[in-house]
Amino acid sequence: MKLDSKTPPGPLAEKWARYRSEIKLVNPANKRKYEIIVVGSGLGGAAAAATLGELGYGVKCFCYQDSPRRAHSIAAQGGINAAKNYQNDGDSVYRLFYDTIKGGDFRAREANVYRLAEVSAEIIDQCTAQGVPFAREYGGHLANRSFGGAQVSRTFYARGQTGQQLLLGAYSALCRQIDAGSVMMFPRTEMLDLVVVDGHAKGIVVRDMVNGKISSYAADAVVLATGGYANVYDLSTNARGCNVTAAYRAYKRGAFFANPCYTQIHPTCIPVSGEYQSKLTLMSESLRNDGRVWVPKRKGDTRPPHKIPEDERDYFLERKYPSYGNLAPRDISSRSAKEVCDDGRGVGPGGLGVYLDFSDAISRLGLETIRERYGNLFEMYERITGEDAYKTPMRIYPALHYTMGGLWVDYNLMSNLPGLHVIGEANFSDHGANRLGASALMQGLADGYFVLPYTIGAYLADLTHKRPSTGHPEFHKVETEVEERTKTLLAINGERSVQSIHKELGKLMWNDAGMARNRKGLKEAIAKIPEIREEFWDNVRVPGDGKEINQELEKAGRLADFLEFGELLCRDALDREESCGGHFREEYQTEEGEALRDDENFSYVSAWEYRGEAQEPVRHKEPLVYEEVKMATRSYK
Amino acid sequence: MAVSGVILLLFVIGHLVGNLQIFAHPDVINKYAHFLQNLGPGLWAVRLILLGAVVAHIWAAVELTLENRRALPERYEADDTIQASYASRTMRISGFIVLAFILFHLAHFTVQIVDTEYRDLYTKTVDGMVVHDVHTMMVKGFQNLWISGFYIIAVGLLSVHLRHGIASMFQSIGWRNAKIAVPLDKASIGLSILYFAGNAAIPLAILAGIVS
Amino acid sequence: MDLTLRVWRQKDRNSPGRLVEYDAKDIDPDMSFLEMLDVVNERLISREEHPIAFDHDCREGICGACSATINGIPHGPERATTVCQLHMRHFKDGDVLTIEPFRARAFPVIRDLMVDRSAFDRIVESGGYVSVRTGSAPEANTLPIPKDVAERAMDAASCIGCGACVAACKNASAMLFVAAKASQLNGLPQGKPEKDRRVLDMVASMDEAGFGNCTNQYECSAVCPKSISEDFIAQLNREYLVASIKQRFARK
Repeated sequence: MKLDSKTPPGPLAEKWARYRSEIKLVNPANKRKYEIIVVGSGLGGAAAAATLGELGYGVKCFCYQDSPRRAHSIAAQGGINAAKNYQNDGDSVYRLFYDTIKGGDFRAREANVYRLAEVSAEIIDQCTAQGVPFAREYGGHLANRSFGGAQVSRTFYARGQTGQQLLLGAYSALCRQIDAGSVMMFPRTEMLDLVVVDGHAKGIVVRDMVNGKISSYAADAVVLATGGYANVYDLSTNARGCNVTAAYRAYKRGAFFANPCYTQIHPTCIPVSGEYQSKLTLMSESLRNDGRVWVPKRKGDTRPPHKIPEDERDYFLERKYPSYGNLAPRDISSRSAKEVCDDGRGVGPGGLGVYLDFSDAISRLGLETIRERYGNLFEMYERITGEDAYKTPMRIYPALHYTMGGLWVDYNLMSNLPGLHVIGEANFSDHGANRLGASALMQGLADGYFVLPYTIGAYLADLTHKRPSTGHPEFHKVETEVEERTKTLLAINGERSVQSIHKELGKLMWNDAGMARNRKGLKEAIAKIPEIREEFWDNVRVPGDGKEINQELEKAGRLADFLEFGELLCRDALDREESCGGHFREEYQTEEGEALRDDENFSYVSAWEYRGEAQEPVRHKEPLVYEEVKMATRSYK
Repeated sequence: MAVSGVILLLFVIGHLVGNLQIFAHPDVINKYAHFLQNLGPGLWAVRLILLGAVVAHIWAAVELTLENRRALPERYEADDTIQASYASRTMRISGFIVLAFILFHLAHFTVQIVDTEYRDLYTKTVDGMVVHDVHTMMVKGFQNLWISGFYIIAVGLLSVHLRHGIASMFQSIGWRNAKIAVPLDKASIGLSILYFAGNAAIPLAILAGIVS
Repeated sequence: MDLTLRVWRQKDRNSPGRLVEYDAKDIDPDMSFLEMLDVVNERLISREEHPIAFDHDCREGICGACSATINGIPHGPERATTVCQLHMRHFKDGDVLTIEPFRARAFPVIRDLMVDRSAFDRIVESGGYVSVRTGSAPEANTLPIPKDVAERAMDAASCIGCGACVAACKNASAMLFVAAKASQLNGLPQGKPEKDRRVLDMVASMDEAGFGNCTNQYECSAVCPKSISEDFIAQLNREYLVASIKQRFARK
């Protein structure tokens, strides 16, 4: 099957403008006849639902949280990129585009990324108008900070709570539409399957998490804005509830899953403290603006940090990457930290940590400036570790944070399944093999506010398939399958808790498909995951019944999908015999230990097709054609 | 609540200042009382305003309480408080007792039904005016230990009531902020203490025989 | 360390609930409070009992999902800390902890420690937004906003909507929540045009949801994980007063 990206013709810089002028529009009077389902209420979902509602479509929005305001976009701290060039430091749409493409290790689709950079400036305007309290300079204009992977200062922020503020902006727009009656909101409702009628996505099956009722909703188009799959690793910086179920169910119904092996490790997380650990806490990468990363030069040096003299410290990022220094991209920083820890020079309990030291910045800029910039992050660090980072360096370690892979979409953000649109982290499109800091918020909002509302119109304007009723046999069939699955989970009544099995899967994934991967480990993981899966279906215990609030049942359903998805991730990682971005294959590295990309053989998107329980999935290729940029080795030296 | 509270606060302060004239020559307070008693329609206007303020204050308190009870039908088994002041948590009870006291106080000194002999106390001032002898009435009234005791307890509770009420007023009409919160709080405590001291001084002085 | 937990157990919205006692042995002081509950739940599951249901998600103190009252204090004894960020090192071996759901008529308990806080969403729906159509916004820097004004808006905007203010209030009042949301927008030039309507509508929606009245005790600010100041309540009171008067005398 040929994957058509449907990238419009013409010069890169004109594609989006031309596309918008040429697409078919839905007659305003007809918009209210169309029903759109949006699953997820994070930056992408809330922005899309609000904008589509405003345009006049009938929108139903679903989220598993008790309020749409709680989606995990809320946890992003550092900022959002936009090519405003407010700092007069030479930024431009092209530069943001190029940084993103380069940061993604030349594994993203050129036209999508250019469009993202183009609409980035509009996002800032929109959010400011909504009352998002971005940081400002004394003159009253918007302030910027620098972020990893860029040499210009283009990141907008709202203290350390940028994600929260942007989400609350989108949530307030959503609330306005709920009040206006154009959006119906379904909180505490989890999508458990996708319904495809005559090859088009036409609805979803959901479980009401309060009374356990399983029901169906039909629509003319379905939008998944369901986030990433980092929780396949159990321990990650994602919220506990983040899951792959919606995306994976769509995959099983025919949507292709692209590049699942592209996972991002975040370099600045608080190190693990014990077995009971339920999640990892990230501290904004913006800390690297003023913090210097180091470890002792000597192995097994257990002296407290202030006792280690300057010349016995190894500022390894500054040493290895003189021009970017502590602002080297995430994957490079993370792997460098792992390297020094593997070398026995890590600090803190278990030797799994490196120092992030602010003493230079404090003496240069003063305590007050540092407090103003990072006060809440320092507080958060102290709350968790009991240490005061103004006095002693922070300890940080990489943790799983973001997933660049996701459901395959074309330029219209529509998957190969007509009618199924996928936005934000749930799709694969914009970040290639690695995402730059402050770009996730940008993508979620770009997709939700400015891209999907146009492209979905193009699909609907041409739509000939009538919206079926939920009485259609296909809905009945899928609903029954979901009910059966729930019953099966409740009936196993084995010995092990869901969490214990998730932990087992997570450890395997982290060890074999984490920061560094190799053929042997991946093969072992592919052999081992089915065993864990079998153990799950034989021996898990889900207490209670399905007709009430049952958090164990929710977790079990999500884990069941992770247990299949993990294998797909490993398969993709095994298949991609090169190192690029967040995917580092130990077999493919330079003599200095840098990632070795293979553009000749792997310059494509891997899109996996589900072929049933008994068969292995099939990998399709979407070749990456670069009309504008020249592929180069990603160097931050 | 705040508006009626302001009126009542101004009244109780004025009332105290008036009463403190007991420490001067008996003629001073007697003439002052005479002046007040002969205000005619003015007196009744003030009385009506005060009555209105009292009714409004009580009505608002009852409604607030009922709404607040409805808003929290089930309380915590292990209830705790972080910082709400004692005064703020006892507004209802202090208010009730003060109300009971006010009724008694009016019966005692204004309507004079507790001891009807008060009605016949007249005296001649130095400059020859015949006036109601409020000075003697107060002295006689407070020589009763029970009455003085009740009075002191009641003004004590009223001071506690004011301690929350004064600062609270500013918040309710939106004039309080972090900058003035601490001085405001101190001022309302100070004012409450002064108010209590002034009021308690009267019966104490009478009991001690300083005023007779 | 070993603890005794007295936990509110309630099957659903319509069933009565009660406190049930559990032993929590061998608790690591570095655990978060929710990780402690995870451990207790794992043990309950192994004994074929129902685990304690509680809301939680991000576990880093920003999503506002977690909600439990520990010994009468919402989010527990540490100030400016959500229950997911509360670490067991703040308790002592042998402590008895009474863990109850947030209490308020407007927040009905739906199971164990989980409550329904959708009343907050309805308040925001009634006016907690600036009416700006997607794509119609002017260039952001055309409207300079003094730094202190922006900072103050940010102070108000840091509300995570957890509902602890309501749970701590002796009257289950939602004034701090409403005040924070309204003040963020009312203080910014973008929010000014809809200021009066916003305040009146949000307060009406708050009353309709069955929250109590503010009696200026400031338990809300004391318990707020983001330390939002009661100053915003004063601002709301003032703006409400002005808006009510304006509405009364407005030209029809």
